[in-house]
Amino acid sequence: MASPKPRVKVPKKAEKGEVITIKTLISHPMESGQRKDKKTGELIPRQIINKFTCEFDGQVVFSCDLDPAVSANPYLQFSAKVDNSGTFKFTWVDDNGSVYETEKKITVE
Amino acid sequence: MTITRRQALAVTAGAAAFLTFAPRISFAATPDTDAAIKEFTGGATPTEGTVSLDTPEIAENGNTVPVGVTVDSPMTSDNYVESVLILADGNPNPAVATFHFSAMSGAAEAKTRIRLAKTQNVIAVAKMSDGSTFMDTKEVKVTIGGCGG
Repeated sequence: MASPKPRVKVPKKAEKGEVITIKTLISHPMESGQRKDKKTGELIPRQIINKFTCEFDGQVVFSCDLDPAVSANPYLQFSAKVDNSGTFKFTWVDDNGSVYETEKKITVE
Repeated sequence: MTITRRQALAVTAGAAAFLTFAPRISFAATPDTDAAIKEFTGGATPTEGTVSLDTPEIAENGNTVPVGVTVDSPMTSDNYVESVLILADGNPNPAVATFHFSAMSGAAEAKTRIRLAKTQNVIAVAKMSDGSTFMDTKEVKVTIGGCGG
């Protein structure tokens, strides 16, 4: 499996106190643990992203616990209120312990 | 009017089929869901309203069903939505996702895409910072299930 590639959409600029919409997507199969291998008939072990966190300058804005019922390539859309310029940090945690991260800057005028 | 043996048999068979299958349809998988709601709210029964689920009426592909949830809240530091639990009562495991908000969220709304095994109810339960809980239920008709394969 190719390494999951996170993609995030954050507006570059915002006004003070504005509520912005953030969209995130990460390529990941989200193997539910319910599927059977068609050749061997054995269950494919579960491997999903189980936690997502969005931080703004070190403070948690939004986080999400994911279960196997979330679709492959999990998409999340949520909002955040920005009062000053700063950096959003996005973290995805995989069942196998891997952590995928990305950052986006925003300028408040 | 006389009732023939054939008619009598048909009526009995119909009634028997109804009694056998009807309860199964109406109570399918709810104990799991109820338990999950109780665990989330700490035993309280959530009130209807305040939360609204945005789901399609018919989902052709159960593998990716867009689901949105919005909670009516001022989202200030002393009155905000702590978390929202999403459940699907007909899935092998009813838990779908839990969103955790903060006062910095600005608005308590989130969207994602989920898997649904069959036609079923999607439930959202919201927990406020003052401990009160609210819920909303929407039925989604699924043409092709999103589990197994």
